[in-house]
Amino acid sequence: MINRTIAPKYYDATSFELNLKPYELAYLDNNTPVYSINAGAEEVTSIEFVFYAGNWFEKEHLVAATTNFLLKNGTSTKSAFEINELFEFYGAYLSRSCYNETASISLHCLSKHVQILLPIVAELIQDSIFPDKELEIYQKNNLQKLNVNLLKCDFVANRKIDEMLYGFEHPYGTYTRKEDLESLGKVQLETFYQTYYINGNCKIFAAGKLPSDFLSILNNHFGKMTLKNEVNPLDKTAHPIIRDIEKKAEILNDPNNVQGAIRIARPFPNRHHPDFQKVNVLNTIYGGYFGSRLMSNIREEKGYTYGIGSYLQNHVQESAWMISTEAKREACPMVLEEIWKEAKLLQENLVDEEELSLVKNYMIGSILSSLDGPFSIISRWKGYILNGMDEETFQRNISIVKSITSEELLELANKYLKEEDFYQLTVI
Amino acid sequence: MIDYNSFTLNNGLQVIVHEDDSSPMAVVNVLYNVGAKDEQEDHTGFAHLFEHLMFGGSVNIPDFDEPLQMAGGENNAYTTNDLTNYYESVPTQNLETALWLESDRMLSLAFDKKSLEVQRKVVCEEFKENYINKPYGDVWKLIREQAYKVHPYKWMTIGKELKHIEDATLQEVKDFFHKYYIPSNAYLVVAGNVKTEEVKVLVEKWFGEIPGRSLPERNIPQEPAQTEARRLTVERNVPANAFFKSWHMGGRLDPQFYTIDLITDILGGGPSSRLYQTLVKEKELFSQISCFHTGSVDAGLVTVEGRLAEGISFEEAEKAVQEQMDIFCKNGIDPNELTKVINKTESMMAFEDLSLMSRASNLAYYALLGDTDLINKEFGMYQQVTADAIQAISNQLFQESNSNTIWYCATKN
Repeated sequence: MINRTIAPKYYDATSFELNLKPYELAYLDNNTPVYSINAGAEEVTSIEFVFYAGNWFEKEHLVAATTNFLLKNGTSTKSAFEINELFEFYGAYLSRSCYNETASISLHCLSKHVQILLPIVAELIQDSIFPDKELEIYQKNNLQKLNVNLLKCDFVANRKIDEMLYGFEHPYGTYTRKEDLESLGKVQLETFYQTYYINGNCKIFAAGKLPSDFLSILNNHFGKMTLKNEVNPLDKTAHPIIRDIEKKAEILNDPNNVQGAIRIARPFPNRHHPDFQKVNVLNTIYGGYFGSRLMSNIREEKGYTYGIGSYLQNHVQESAWMISTEAKREACPMVLEEIWKEAKLLQENLVDEEELSLVKNYMIGSILSSLDGPFSIISRWKGYILNGMDEETFQRNISIVKSITSEELLELANKYLKEEDFYQLTVI
Repeated sequence: MIDYNSFTLNNGLQVIVHEDDSSPMAVVNVLYNVGAKDEQEDHTGFAHLFEHLMFGGSVNIPDFDEPLQMAGGENNAYTTNDLTNYYESVPTQNLETALWLESDRMLSLAFDKKSLEVQRKVVCEEFKENYINKPYGDVWKLIREQAYKVHPYKWMTIGKELKHIEDATLQEVKDFFHKYYIPSNAYLVVAGNVKTEEVKVLVEKWFGEIPGRSLPERNIPQEPAQTEARRLTVERNVPANAFFKSWHMGGRLDPQFYTIDLITDILGGGPSSRLYQTLVKEKELFSQISCFHTGSVDAGLVTVEGRLAEGISFEEAEKAVQEQMDIFCKNGIDPNELTKVINKTESMMAFEDLSLMSRASNLAYYALLGDTDLINKEFGMYQQVTADAIQAISNQLFQESNSNTIWYCATKN
């Protein structure tokens, strides 16, 4: 029998050279940039059109999200059904998503269908008509969805903590309310569409096994559009942040609930701040992976919860450091106590070498696995490009993970993990 | 085409190697042929509780996650009513670490009392988070109990009730392990930038010495044909009425499986599907509706699940669903609709194959079904489905006497 108590030899992941496969950049005739990674074994393609059309730009609540959603629900020549049928007939997925700054339309399909499907995408971007009936169904069905979600303590907690951090009128703090859903009108959507899609700012990201004439197909359908390519359209609009005065809140959402949702968060600078990636390492130790301090103590030691985690919010402007869990109702006060106990430990004691090296290896391994395949590579690039960063960021972030010391982490914990800086919310 | 090599160790462990030099990572996937259906009715939730315990350290390695994370790896697992699947992804250079860990927990667990105490609590919180504290969280408990009277699919993977998990003893846990977690009841897949010959050496080294034990015979009572429609009405604190209707179908290896898979897609898979288009968009009777099947190894269920629009009665909603089902059974589909579902299937499979992890778990799953090569043959099976078969099988499947209906009523405040 081999001695199983001795681990087989392994290579330290921090010794690996990691490379981010570079993208190719081309411009359409109207100057729209196309970032692409042409690779992969499967005959599939993904093309994402990213517009600066997030709720950052809306004047009335929900207009950005609704415009984005209804892009697929009717053009001057096609009904919503015909549009769905066209994409589904070819087994393609046309999805749309609305975020704070951007909103996107993305097409996933077999490479052999790119040529047939792109003209329809072009039609959605230039010729959507937002039929009254579609808007009405959307409002009705979303109202019901909202009522269902409002019964969930985690849903309510997610909204409230963002509002505490940024204020309801800030794009990062706003959320769906019944009255805003009801007051949506067709004209608002058309105006938003005109400004932020037809004449909007667009970047295109493509990956997969791209057809050989990919760029010329794109150019034929999108190169003559009135799209713009501004460096930073966000700068035109300022949104003041109005934080809650009270830092602590407790909400009783449903007296029958057997669990409570806890959210704890503090404001944090964006990804350009020199501490951002360093705190990312500290966060991983604290609550950012399965073996983290919070998970080990609150789930694996005490069994108060199915899961607990912490993360840095992914916002372009200001962000936040957030701790989040759903835990046994009676245990919520104990969970809060343990969260702060763990924060204190990081402020008072150096993280030992073994744990630090484990976290470093884990983080490098997880970056490595996120570079698997053209879709994940373009997605990483997209994150950098939309945040005004470049390949140097990738290498710098990796070298921070590899070289950060326990002393630095202690200092960061004292700077950023102070209980009094955090907003604290429990929803039952 | 997914290439693979396979071999079997003396202790009965079946091994599959999938070489793919494009990934920087290697995946190790171990699938055990044990799921919630192997549990006793008064001791449910065990297979899943076990999944948690399998991370609580094994006989020679006190902590599972730590050495794996040290080697840059990540892992997880899931349990269904049919099986339990464990997987790790590690940088290729550190493949051996994952094999060492998986082999040791196949050899034996640490059976730590503390670990059982804690994981029991964790699973109870998981139960609450997903099945008690969420609106509509008990729907699958109701559907299963209504449709299955004999087959152990009648309880959910998480368990029938919290009490079963709360009462689990260490001795029961040990017995369950020794009964099911043995080499001949497992399928090991290694995938990534690896060479079969090298994998063979490593697998022999770590798994070869695990003693082979004999597997108890599986005597799962199969569900008899249902001959009378079943109906159930419940009232819950939810904001909207919901409608569920299920029909019994065959198992995963039933030749009708591919046809039924396409039927559910035509009826309720996506926004251009029949039920969605007519009942949500045209008639506005539902706010959402879908049709799918459970895809289980033993005989499964086809389910239509919908949430009623405000002000619509159950009678009206059910009648409209029935009308669509009748039209479908009577008129069948046109060639265009058939081409569409085949195209959708082709694309879905291509996207699924993108991920090394999903290729690895699929290989293990097909091996469990008894024919690893199904992974390359299945698309051909879908292509052979005809419009006639769709109509004939629909008429057989959607018999009222084979149906289970639930009216899930919102409490009127």
